[in-house]
Amino acid sequence: MTAGSPAASSTGRLAARLAWRLSDPAVGVWLAALGVTLLGWIVVNARGGDFLTQPNVTIILQNCVALGLIALGQTMVILTGSLDLSVAYLVSLGTLVAAETMDGREGNIAWAVLVVLLLAGAVGLANGLIVTGLRVNAFIATLGTALILRGWIEDTYTGPAGSVPGTFRRLGYDRIGPLPVSVFLLAAVAVALWLICRRTRLGHHMYATGGDEHAARLSGVRTHRTVILAHVLCSLCVGAAALFLAARFGTGSPWAGTEARYDLESIAAVVLGGTLLAGGRGGVVGTLGGVVVLAVLDSVFNQLSVDPFFKNVLRGVVIIAAVAVWTRRRRRGAPRRTA
Amino acid sequence: MTTETPTTPKAPGRPARIAALLGGGAPVYALLAALLVALAVTDPGFYEPDRLLAFIRRAAPLVLLAAGQYLVIVCGQFDLSVGAIVTAGVVVAAELYSEFPGAHWLVVCAVLLGAGALVGLVNGLITTGLGVPSFITTLGMMLILEGGVFFWTGGSPQGYLPDDFRAIGRDDVFGGLPWAVLVCAVVGAGAVALMRSGFGRTLIATGDSERAAALSGVRVHRVRTVAFVLSGAAAALAAVLVGGFSGVSAQAGSGLEFEAITAVVLGGVLLGGGRGSVVAAMAGAFSLTALFTLLNLQGVSGALESTVQGAIVIAAVGLGAADWSRLRRRSPSRGGPPS
Repeated sequence: MTAGSPAASSTGRLAARLAWRLSDPAVGVWLAALGVTLLGWIVVNARGGDFLTQPNVTIILQNCVALGLIALGQTMVILTGSLDLSVAYLVSLGTLVAAETMDGREGNIAWAVLVVLLLAGAVGLANGLIVTGLRVNAFIATLGTALILRGWIEDTYTGPAGSVPGTFRRLGYDRIGPLPVSVFLLAAVAVALWLICRRTRLGHHMYATGGDEHAARLSGVRTHRTVILAHVLCSLCVGAAALFLAARFGTGSPWAGTEARYDLESIAAVVLGGTLLAGGRGGVVGTLGGVVVLAVLDSVFNQLSVDPFFKNVLRGVVIIAAVAVWTRRRRRGAPRRTA
Repeated sequence: MTTETPTTPKAPGRPARIAALLGGGAPVYALLAALLVALAVTDPGFYEPDRLLAFIRRAAPLVLLAAGQYLVIVCGQFDLSVGAIVTAGVVVAAELYSEFPGAHWLVVCAVLLGAGALVGLVNGLITTGLGVPSFITTLGMMLILEGGVFFWTGGSPQGYLPDDFRAIGRDDVFGGLPWAVLVCAVVGAGAVALMRSGFGRTLIATGDSERAAALSGVRVHRVRTVAFVLSGAAAALAAVLVGGFSGVSAQAGSGLEFEAITAVVLGGVLLGGGRGSVVAAMAGAFSLTALFTLLNLQGVSGALESTVQGAIVIAAVGLGAADWSRLRRRSPSRGGPPS
């Protein structure tokens, strides 16, 4: 071999690795987020507005938090090959329970946080047990749980209830520079879940179970336990989102979760971030990118004062188009990766 | 349809054979029979012909949606857009009548059916051609349709539907036989004939194993696209019935997609495809409607209704899954692994 060939092959390998990196949806979705931000900035500025102002950035980040927390939880269950449609009603119930338990008194905050997380954990446990123990398909199981929670909410509450003390509301409104405090909550949860996914046995078992449950079982993974834990993790994230929304609204709202359609939006964000709906591939980083894309788009539409109904149309088109692009890349990338 | 119920008590002592005969739908027939008995006990007048026909008329839209959804689910896909198609269909019909007040109802129905089929075609082409998971495609389509309809009508659908159009949803053909029952029977018979034809067999084969079907010469993409088209058309037909029965409303179809999927799954059809019968799916729709009727008669408060519904759906599907695994899926691989 000539002297030049190692260098040439190493640049070739570098290019190949770069292409592989780019075909990773987690990288792609962040590039897309960057692109959407740039595009929004150009369009809004061209129309005489100002996009990247401090208040606007703060609003975008704040809008990321609730959907982000829920989508992170949803990532855990989708990675494991399951699904959670009960998140919207669980969020509503969480805000109500939080606000009623706090009842405007500072001393109750710790107790309320504990109660909400326990409730969320219990719902997640129930979801997981129904999916694994009763062998009910996750779609139907969590839809059933959603209906049960809905009945509970509608039977008990007729409107906003409870009140959140000022100290706790600071979680929803305080900021450090342009960064809302709540973003740190999101970041902490994201880092924790990232560590669970990449560094712990549970995380590896989740990927294995989602990739091929049967193979995982035969290799000694306790798939049932893994699915149950994923559901509990998901619901705990939803509980955290409920606490944030309670701090934001200052009261518990029976429509907190359903009005924003967190059930379907969170699944859309997860899939936008490149996680396979069938499970086994994807991750926390991509989901955060998907959430940012949705939040930035929302802000751009607001700045351009797009009709709220037309906004839904555009959102639908964007979600379908983005997933179509990921699938294309994955299809093209698949033989290379298996080789 | 309902006439199937008496087959369940026949030939006791051979549960396995009956289950094979009913195509895994045994639990739903038992459930439907139980609900019908409970209805008779609660309300002795329930089996008077006109009230029974009224019950079937009320169930008709959901039965149509379940039949369409069955076609999509049995080939391994989802259609979440049917609820939005119903809403859009009702609103579009009203808009058509305000544009062309003299339009014949047949023309309007034909336009709606064509539009529904077109939406299904788009769903199918995006799902098969671009490889987007149908969950996301139809979720996006739902956002697009709902957003589009409200954007078009400025947020509050106006107009009214003339009597000759509404006749299909609420009037009788002759001698006390409602149009809706006739439509329901025709579509039911059509669906059964379709599933017995070569197309039905390839549809099930596609859902069972896409690769095996493709290798044996099934045009998988085409078969799936046709299933989506039929589901869209069925949803448009349901829109005609719903519009006739309850008039123009922005909420006409909200939540119907989940009800349809629940009905299909209640009928023992496997989410993921390849197993289940269309008659059982339609029986699932009747069971769901019977359940709603029973809860109403029992005076369960409107709020708790969804709680009971959720619990019963989970229990019914759980029981179905348990029976199923014992009777049919005694594969050795499922018996031994760690749990």
